[in-house]
Amino acid sequence: MTLLSVERLSVRYGPIVAVRDLTLHVDTGEIVCLVGPNGAGKSSTTLAIAGALRPAAGRIELDGRDISGQTAERLAAVGISLVPEGRRIFGRMTVQDNLIAACLPGRRPADDPGIFDLFPVLRSRMGQLAGLLSGGEQQQLAIARAMLRKPRLMIVDEPSLGLSPRFVGIVFDALRHLRDQGVSLLIVEQSARRALGLADRIYLMRSGTVMMTGRSVSLATDPSFESAYFGKENAE
Amino acid sequence: MNPVQLIIDSLALGSQYALVALGIGLIFGVMRMINFAQGDLITFGAYILVVPTVADVAPAMVAALPAPLLIGATVAVVAVAALLTERLAFRSVRRKGADGATLLITSFAIGYFIQSVILFLHTGRPKSVSILPDLSQQITFGGIRLALVDLVTIFTSLGLLLLVGLFLNRTRGGIALRAAAEDFLMARLIGVKADRVIALAFLVSGGLAGSVTLMFVAKTGVLDFRMGVPLAIAGFVATVIGGMGSLTGAVLGGFALGLASTLLQALLPADLRPSRDAFLYGLVIFVLLVRPQGLFVFGPGRERV
Repeated sequence: MTLLSVERLSVRYGPIVAVRDLTLHVDTGEIVCLVGPNGAGKSSTTLAIAGALRPAAGRIELDGRDISGQTAERLAAVGISLVPEGRRIFGRMTVQDNLIAACLPGRRPADDPGIFDLFPVLRSRMGQLAGLLSGGEQQQLAIARAMLRKPRLMIVDEPSLGLSPRFVGIVFDALRHLRDQGVSLLIVEQSARRALGLADRIYLMRSGTVMMTGRSVSLATDPSFESAYFGKENAE
Repeated sequence: MNPVQLIIDSLALGSQYALVALGIGLIFGVMRMINFAQGDLITFGAYILVVPTVADVAPAMVAALPAPLLIGATVAVVAVAALLTERLAFRSVRRKGADGATLLITSFAIGYFIQSVILFLHTGRPKSVSILPDLSQQITFGGIRLALVDLVTIFTSLGLLLLVGLFLNRTRGGIALRAAAEDFLMARLIGVKADRVIALAFLVSGGLAGSVTLMFVAKTGVLDFRMGVPLAIAGFVATVIGGMGSLTGAVLGGFALGLASTLLQALLPADLRPSRDAFLYGLVIFVLLVRPQGLFVFGPGRERV
């Protein structure tokens, strides 16, 4: 069943068109990856879906309801959580306050022990300033913060960027766990190899639009996917 | 002057500056705008104490209430007025995507609007009003005569700073406010409501302005339609020397400014004292030349990636 549906989305920064006529969908309980080189418009797409950028054109629907052009806080309230590029944790606040800020009204981080099962390190860092965490710990905090919103759709921009393989394992396991809980995930991943390992379906973006799409299992063996992605880029 | 007296004087002045600076800092945090109308809100609070009249002597209005009501009413009315400036002016300007400079001009416009309304209703002549008369007595402590109003100002301010600190650190609203001050968009992405958190900043800031009104008028007993302007400037300077964006810095900056001002007043030769502010702001320029990031900013800069 389709949860998120994006039709002919365009995003502009002044005269620059970052995303052009992009159409994609995410079904309930699946992981969809956006892959593509730098400047393909992946992050702009996530920002527009989460309400951080106002789309220049197109229609975005959640569960069949038009949500195009709504504010970020409104979209957070209807179940869209974005973990943006660079994680953007509140570095001058403690881990605990980062989590409290994200809790739904009337709830506390302790009401959702699931985040500490997935990311046990956070429990021991509660009183620490979030800005002093390592990159991998910050990524865990950012995802935990998004989880506290109890999202139906979680969008994560480059969860593996700059992380050691061990942390990538922890983070990807958490994302798979969320999928198994019925959360839909839209994930930006620059590494095609990692995306193939994580996603159920993949959209390959280039120059602001979708070049190719399909199930990971079929794309993994499709030479045209390889050439579309790897052709002009450095292979991973 | 006796050193204890000097300390009390500078703390009393510094705590008023600190409260104004905190009010300015709270709003700067969430809007990246210096609210120069903060000073005129203090003036507004002072003028509700008396009945509007063109006569030289104004009958007491709010000032006629018993002390607890007088204090509560002044703080509440100024807080609501601050909220109204947000609701009626800043919000519309902000929603149209205005930048910091436009918001700054808006704050000047609100300030001049308040001044002009006061000028119209009360005339521009300074008026006198007496509130909280119990505070005007002197107390003698170990041979030193201290003004009670100064001591009350200091302890009330410390109490208010503590309250605001608890609010920011221990309540959902306060934590949301800090999150929004650090990264406004990210705060919205985790569901912090922009309008609500900004309104909250104005409400707290207005409450602080109302408290400063009471301290200032209890000490001087004089109303003037521009009385808040120097306070707003001092508060702004305090936030800058404290390090823009740091609330603790703003508060410490307020105390530092109060201390410098009192010391200059006491130590300058008598014929230079009228030019005290020239020395004070010369000192501010010097501080900013040496530490442009602010006096109370330590470690790596605020911008971490």
